[in-house]
Amino acid sequence: MSRVEDLYAKLKPLMEKKGLYFNKDQDMVWPLLESLVVNKDRYGYTACPCRLASGEYEKDKDIICPCVYAAQDVEEYGSCYCGLYVSKEWNEGSIAHVHVPERRPPEKAMAALGLEGPA
Amino acid sequence: MDKDVKLYALSTCVHCKNAKKFLDEKDVDYDCTYVDRLSGEERQEAIEEVKKHNPNLSFPTLLVGDTCIVGFKKDEIEDALEQL
Repeated sequence: MSRVEDLYAKLKPLMEKKGLYFNKDQDMVWPLLESLVVNKDRYGYTACPCRLASGEYEKDKDIICPCVYAAQDVEEYGSCYCGLYVSKEWNEGSIAHVHVPERRPPEKAMAALGLEGPA
Repeated sequence: MDKDVKLYALSTCVHCKNAKKFLDEKDVDYDCTYVDRLSGEERQEAIEEVKKHNPNLSFPTLLVGDTCIVGFKKDEIEDALEQL
């Protein structure tokens, strides 16, 4: 089993218990899982593939997949920011597939990267 | 078309990948910068550039002429490309 398949098999039951389902769109899920493996090798933890990580665990803690924003995004929009985890309704097509905005506060992202906040 | 189109992306991000694919399919001539693959000064410069247009520093950030599109929003990208 490849690392990506292994990750899929491990995460699926754990996340489903939390109401987070893998997107049925395979063109989303596999590249994202591959990216999680890339980030695990790069940073030592599965930093969110769709956000710029600082590379420091403590500063990236909130964006380690599944990020602390995922459940709220799935609840409100039907999908997490990346599109890796979705709700049952999203997969069934009974809700619109909207663009999910960034929920992570910009101040937090800037602080993690050692930058000044947005003007 | 000259390089009026600039994509700031993360190499690991699916929305960035989709935006790139969309531009490729439309035969758009563009520059793509993978910010996550940069380090040191180059990375800081790219970050500053993205922040100038998108203070939230999220990806993809696409510059089409004077228009900045944050996220992979097909319709907005198409509209902006038409305005070029």
